[in-house]
Amino acid sequence: MAEPRFRPGDTVRVMKAYPLGHVRTPYYIRGHTGVIERVCGSFPNPEELAQMRDGLPAQPLYRVRFMQNEVWPDYRGNPADVVEIEIYQHWLEPA
Amino acid sequence: MKDQGKYQALTYFQLMEVSLRELLVEKGLVTEQQVAATVEDMRRRTPERGARVVAHAWTHHEYKARLLEDGTRACEELGLDVPALKLVVVENTPQVHNVIVCTLCSCYPRMLLGIPPDWYKSRNYRSRMVREPRAVLAEFGLKIPRQTRIRVHDSTADMRYLVLPMRPAGTRGWSEERLAALVTRDSMIGVALAKQPRSK
Repeated sequence: MAEPRFRPGDTVRVMKAYPLGHVRTPYYIRGHTGVIERVCGSFPNPEELAQMRDGLPAQPLYRVRFMQNEVWPDYRGNPADVVEIEIYQHWLEPA
Repeated sequence: MKDQGKYQALTYFQLMEVSLRELLVEKGLVTEQQVAATVEDMRRRTPERGARVVAHAWTHHEYKARLLEDGTRACEELGLDVPALKLVVVENTPQVHNVIVCTLCSCYPRMLLGIPPDWYKSRNYRSRMVREPRAVLAEFGLKIPRQTRIRVHDSTADMRYLVLPMRPAGTRGWSEERLAALVTRDSMIGVALAKQPRSK
């Protein structure tokens, strides 16, 4: 199991990468900055599982909270509206 | 009934399903009975399961706290198995409205809500709910006041989500069973509120 690098409240940036294959990091959030909402536990890496490999070491999974205003420049609504997304550790870097 | 014996060719995906199933049976990997039993199991799971959990949380403060803390374990307390996945329960309040979407595919808490409705899997819902939640909710007939914050949960990985709707006013002293009848599937996805009790 990979060691968790982040804790709730930490600011993180989602990597802006475009690898091929089965990736569970939505396009729209790549390159954006958010805050760790909670640590969900560790799970086999789905990108590896999709290639029929064991997905180990398991990757810590986080729920990351993003401000809608930051994600969509033309967002209309309450400035405090958020979107929360599950993102694996290997997609996150400190910000 | 419109389909009075009218012949309809199988669609591409129906044909693929039949071919795959017959192959698996022919090769002895599964039996017809196992397939039928699994389909039967899926059909048995309906939103009434989720409604039971919600009504129990509405009537038991300590249970509600446990449900919000660890949804999987709290469901197990009621005899509901949430195998292999973690359930995250999010609570609606007058200040915060929660709504669930899976922008990548159609991840859905099937063990509590059954088979997802077609619109949940549609490209329209999946692409727009994260981008303009207020407009999409309004199309469902749900107007969220501007001062209420919206939390959209994109169910992208190993968690599954259930919205704990607000208990409607005018239900004081109601039994769990009666309350559960107010809890709709849509209210647990977050595109509707729980039903209001009928006024006399």
